[in-house]
Amino acid sequence: MTTVVLNRRNLLAAGGSVLATGVLASGVSGLLLPARAEGLAPTESMSGGANNYRKGAAIVERIGKGGFWMSGTVRRAGDGAPLAGQRIQIWAHTVEGQEHEPQSHGATLTDKDGKFRLEMPQIIPIFGQPHGHLAYDSGEFKTVFLRPVMRSAKETSLEAHFVLQPA
Amino acid sequence: MGIGPGDPDLGALALAICVPIAAAAGSDLLAWRGPVYILAGFAGIVALGLVLVQPLLIGGYLPGLSAYRGRRAHHWIGGALAFAVVIHVAGLWITSPPDMIDALTFSSPTPFSPFGVVAMWAIFAVALLALLRRRLGLRLRTWRIVHIPLAIVIVAASVAHCLLIEGTMETTSKIVLCALVLAAAIKVMADLVWRKRTLRGEGIARQ
Repeated sequence: MTTVVLNRRNLLAAGGSVLATGVLASGVSGLLLPARAEGLAPTESMSGGANNYRKGAAIVERIGKGGFWMSGTVRRAGDGAPLAGQRIQIWAHTVEGQEHEPQSHGATLTDKDGKFRLEMPQIIPIFGQPHGHLAYDSGEFKTVFLRPVMRSAKETSLEAHFVLQPA
Repeated sequence: MGIGPGDPDLGALALAICVPIAAAAGSDLLAWRGPVYILAGFAGIVALGLVLVQPLLIGGYLPGLSAYRGRRAHHWIGGALAFAVVIHVAGLWITSPPDMIDALTFSSPTPFSPFGVVAMWAIFAVALLALLRRRLGLRLRTWRIVHIPLAIVIVAASVAHCLLIEGTMETTSKIVLCALVLAAAIKVMADLVWRKRTLRGEGIARQ
């Protein structure tokens, strides 16, 4: 009996060490590969992100009466360089209109640090979740649609970040 | 089934369904919704209320209804439930077609959507089979083998769907209604198993 238990233990220990070496080895090789360490992966479009999109929303100072802030960054895939002057379109179901209505849509440009920030009316839950929509759809890079969800309907801001790859 | 102190009466049942509806009617969110969207939302709440009524009817837990009457009412309420689901889905489709298409094709980002769609198909399947039961010549045994698993799916998926939604329903009344739906379904299933055992005489044989 004792030998069996010991054998089992030995087996477990051996298996464990093999697993550990495997994990360590792959981890180390991952760190040593410079391309993998530097390469910033492009953002994938989120499911439902393009819902109720109206192409070509105008660049505005503010959507409606404001009170809520949508912000984020736009960077280039690979080296992660900030992308200035990129047009980001934003829309949501707010206290001033439903998602598909024109007054719920607007666009803004990123600054020299690749940051954008647009004031809009308070987002409220629609279809069971308080969420916003953002699009990069200007042609130079591949189109991306995002659909970030607010942690609580009481929040007055929301962030979304784009990493774009050439079209 | 006799009426004991633990059995629900019609007043309590009416409260269990009407309180969540009244609470949702007081939601701030309604101010920013169109009439079709509002109707769709309330059809969903009513549907959940009917999912509570169904096991109570078929289990014979409601006072003043004979077993026959209870079964007849169960059939009609089943039809009403399918109708409420049609209103719910159609209203949401009109409100935002792309979101509804995502939900129906199981490609929605919202975690509650697949539960709702699964519950919907289970409700439609039961309704259709109930309509065709006589024509198909399904015996009670076969019918139960089909209906009971679908009923479990309907109850579990409806409750999950409802709990995960951030909408017009007020949290406490929503949780209470969902708990009652689960309790009623578990009770009727447990009684069914118990009755079957007693009929088979297992209970007597052991003693």
